[in-house]
Amino acid sequence: MTTFLIYKTLLASAILILSLVVAMYSTLIERKVAAWFQDRLGPNRAGPWGLLQPLADGIKLFFKEEFMPNTADKFLYILGPSLTMLIALMISAVIPWGPDIVLGGKTYPLQVADVNIGILYVFAIVSIGVYGIMIGGWASNNKFALLGAVRASSQMISYELAMSLSIIAIVMMSGSLSMRDIVNQQQGFNWNIWYQPLGFMIFLICAFAETNRAPFDLPECETELVGGYHTEYSSMKLGFFLFAEYINMFISGAVMATLFFGGYHFPFIDQLGLPANALAVAGFFVLFTKITFFGFLFMWIRWTLPRFRYDQLMRLGWKTLIPLAILNILITGVVMLIRQ
Amino acid sequence: MESLTERSKTVGNQKMTFWEKIYLPAILNGMGITFSHLFRKKATVRFPEVKRAFSEIYRGRHVLKRDDEGRERCTACGLCALACPAEAITMIAEERKPEEAHLYREEKYARVYEINMLRCIFCGLCEDACPKEAIFLTKEIVHSEFDRDLFIYGKDKLVEPMDPGKRIDVSKRQTPQVLEFKKNKRFKHNRP
Repeated sequence: MTTFLIYKTLLASAILILSLVVAMYSTLIERKVAAWFQDRLGPNRAGPWGLLQPLADGIKLFFKEEFMPNTADKFLYILGPSLTMLIALMISAVIPWGPDIVLGGKTYPLQVADVNIGILYVFAIVSIGVYGIMIGGWASNNKFALLGAVRASSQMISYELAMSLSIIAIVMMSGSLSMRDIVNQQQGFNWNIWYQPLGFMIFLICAFAETNRAPFDLPECETELVGGYHTEYSSMKLGFFLFAEYINMFISGAVMATLFFGGYHFPFIDQLGLPANALAVAGFFVLFTKITFFGFLFMWIRWTLPRFRYDQLMRLGWKTLIPLAILNILITGVVMLIRQ
Repeated sequence: MESLTERSKTVGNQKMTFWEKIYLPAILNGMGITFSHLFRKKATVRFPEVKRAFSEIYRGRHVLKRDDEGRERCTACGLCALACPAEAITMIAEERKPEEAHLYREEKYARVYEINMLRCIFCGLCEDACPKEAIFLTKEIVHSEFDRDLFIYGKDKLVEPMDPGKRIDVSKRQTPQVLEFKKNKRFKHNRP
């Protein structure tokens, strides 16, 4: 029991630190990628290739003046960014990060909690995420922040529907809600993307909308709403909002890799004949590569597409994605019936 | 109507076709364009390490020239300050004492000569106005500072070094047109 507790604590802290470090360096990579797309070099002054830039940014955010508007609701104002950050970090608990590790005859799964309703857990947590932004925008007592928050909540609620519906097809195929089961059914190259390309497309678009990334970054669109829901935030509270976005990107990349791209599985995994622990390490790096690709995709799209107009966003969500998702469920069901 | 370029496109209010409506081909096309930019040559010049080439007649920070005997050419007439559209130049004149004849070429010289580099717009009108060929713009640039006061350049920074080896060469700035103009003795300041 003690070993179990110690192991889980260690694993949870490792994942926490991993998420934070990845989010930190995502900010640098985002700026680098943006620069390359625009024929620039990007930050290269702080340390070699700008590697210390995230550190400098973090220190700057910590030392900035902590300003709170007079009319703000103090409790909710602090709760907003805290909640956003908490939610962003909670999802990683159900993601299987690699095959089991075997130590002294005991197996240790590289997953903090193998909940048998893993997918439901993810959606439950994601839907709380909207509260962080909503509360933050409301508590600022600023019209721009409120508008941004209203936009954010309606956008996130709309796209959550299509997102959940696109996953239902996956659940129908695998017959399980556990993330681990879904990954283990995608052995080798038997990935879900080959069976659910439409479902993946819908999920991908919704993931962009859920993480408030361009072209769906209406909640914080600088050109219209100053800063959107975080207009009135400064110092590390603002940092938490921005940071949570990058953690969300990382986690949604992990969820997409897990559900559609075989998680830690890679082709010819069985023929290598690796020992269990080496396999676990290899699996983890394969998953990480997939996540990195999705991270790059997020940035690639951001620096390619312009922002949607609000009515276009709502029309796309309700009139296109949801019917498509339902159609996807129907087709999956019919194919499954025929194959029986 | 004849089009001015070959890139003009006729636009209309036609209904979008199915392929245009689902946007995905257009999005992929756009992503291809941005991706190709990853491998292009970068426009950035890493400044302190790499310096871009400047033209010989670049209008950068000023220099106050000395003549061949190492005397300051400036006579503090104030024409540069008068010509300056940004009012960046100030000076205080002083009469030359007999024992200072080896330092200043004219009988009057500038005791204080200051250019505020934050005001200066580097138009080069001071250079044009100078009757003594004393002030020139160079292809050096004004470096950034942390303190606004440090941008007010006095004689310590502006006057070129006495050492003949360290003189600042402005001969390249004397384009054929300038030299031609200087031969014209009709203008008072071109007379010997």
